[in-house]
Amino acid sequence: MPFALTPEREREFADILSRYPNKMAATIPVLHLCQEQNGWISDDVIAFVAQRLEVSTAHVQGVVTFYTLFNQKPVGKHTIWVCRTLSCALRGADDVLRHCEKRLGIHEGETTKDGKITLKTAECLAACGQAPMMQVDKTFHENLTLAEVDRILDNLRKS
Amino acid sequence: MIKRTNLISRTYDLPNGYSLAAYESVGGYKSARKALAMSRDQVVAEVRAANIRGRGGAGFPCGVKWGFMPKNSNKPHYLIVNADEGEPGTFKDRTIMEKNPHLVIEGCIIGCYGIGAHAAYIYVRDELHLSKERLWQAIHEARKAGYLGQKPLGFDYPVEVYVHTGAGAYICGEETSLLNSLEGRRGEPRLKPPFPAQVGAFGCPSTVNNLETIAAVPLVFELGGDHFSQLSELHYLKDGGTRLFGVSGHVKNPGIFECAVGLTLRELVYDLGGGPPPGTKVLGVIPGGSSCPILRPEDVVHAPDSSSPLHPWHGKPAFDVPMGVDTYRALGTMLGTCCAIVLSDKADPVLAFHNLMRFYRHESCGQCTPCREGTGWIERILDKLIAGEATMADVDLLHEIASNIMGNTICAFGEGAAMPVLGFVQKFRPELEAYVKSKGKSGTGRLAL
Repeated sequence: MPFALTPEREREFADILSRYPNKMAATIPVLHLCQEQNGWISDDVIAFVAQRLEVSTAHVQGVVTFYTLFNQKPVGKHTIWVCRTLSCALRGADDVLRHCEKRLGIHEGETTKDGKITLKTAECLAACGQAPMMQVDKTFHENLTLAEVDRILDNLRKS
Repeated sequence: MIKRTNLISRTYDLPNGYSLAAYESVGGYKSARKALAMSRDQVVAEVRAANIRGRGGAGFPCGVKWGFMPKNSNKPHYLIVNADEGEPGTFKDRTIMEKNPHLVIEGCIIGCYGIGAHAAYIYVRDELHLSKERLWQAIHEARKAGYLGQKPLGFDYPVEVYVHTGAGAYICGEETSLLNSLEGRRGEPRLKPPFPAQVGAFGCPSTVNNLETIAAVPLVFELGGDHFSQLSELHYLKDGGTRLFGVSGHVKNPGIFECAVGLTLRELVYDLGGGPPPGTKVLGVIPGGSSCPILRPEDVVHAPDSSSPLHPWHGKPAFDVPMGVDTYRALGTMLGTCCAIVLSDKADPVLAFHNLMRFYRHESCGQCTPCREGTGWIERILDKLIAGEATMADVDLLHEIASNIMGNTICAFGEGAAMPVLGFVQKFRPELEAYVKSKGKSGTGRLAL
């Protein structure tokens, strides 16, 4: 089924376009907007973005595959990113990741069977002074302890 | 001597310090009023006198960069603010965006005026949701107050500021890659020349400044360029002002501290950072983001030549050299973003090396062969080393691959990946060789304490 934005997001779309001297510049923000609604970037989303921004589908596909935050397949309702780069690794990021894997029963890159949580790793998320940390959807959780991780995972499961 | 300052971080501890009311309560937007009443040339001269060295890592003087912008072009100009903070160890720009976003907006107004632009784009990495929210909120507040728009602060010089987001690519912190990303393309770096001041965003003259650089601009007009520069211990090296220093990893008190330029690494790590946790000692410090070659406590300055910026510290520990762009370059490392990562002796340096090389392999954009292939080879050699399958020749191979990346790529990411390799191989060769000899059984086997 062809992809279409909700009326509210259509207004956001128009606002995004007003910021740039041409339509192509809106590619990344508009892809974010679509992903927020659809959860991932399907071929239909690519066709929609290409048509509305008057660029080729190949261009949009090229952008989608370049940037790691565009999901090229469906993901869980929530996404967890555990930062694993040096500052976090020095303060226990590996333990946080192993703990998440154990508690969720999945490996990094996988989604729980109920489709609720996708577990990923991230490279440096600019929270080195508050390491270890993980991002859950749009929220940073910093200075993590394993007890804190448990509390976050329990809340996610309930939501 | 530690000289703590409270200029960039002035609103950090105020309630709702990110609001317009808080910003104005500490004198906010007075600098823009001052600057917009001056001529464009006077504004650039003032910033030049302030000796703000680019805070993103390259250390290029901000005023000189602004001076590259054409005077009589018939194309629009753009100010691009780089807030794609992602260099491992670096977490300073985020604090400004979250806790003092109006300082950035005021810097954008002055910056636009100084380079002849009417629009500024702040490129924020997508993951920093709170930063984006705070910046947008500040933009809306400033627009409502009449500080942005057709007549900012009553002056006949239209300025608009927008936030643009990336989508998870470290390379977009490289300025030409960022420009491609802003234009809606894959974030692959461009060849220079042409430089952004000639052909930047949308084919038009553009200046790309780090967010902390732009945040320093209002302070220049508050204090006066020369006064701002003289806050620094290294004013005489044209490395002026005050900046954010960060420290993370194995220290008791990690965080961001605003100080005058010229702080030493020892002061940052031991005095501000509280030193290594009990029962450990410092093994090495990556001084300014992961691309900067590591320094060790036993490193001693060798600068017998009196013309070297390091000569005053000849024979003294490297940790006691004031942290400046030129002093650190002369030390054989880089100042980078001034955010240090501390490794204690409980951390295995080979695993730290491996962790960073995985990062660079993951983040190489893949455009240039030496970097795309080289970063992968380096990571795989380290995989082998840790698995106990490497030979002594592999240790030399690390050095050879890194040397072949240097200077052979379109952008500086290649050097950024290769320099820490050369640093680790030089400073931790015995540890690397021990892994070969013990077939992977060497080291503490851990990074965390």
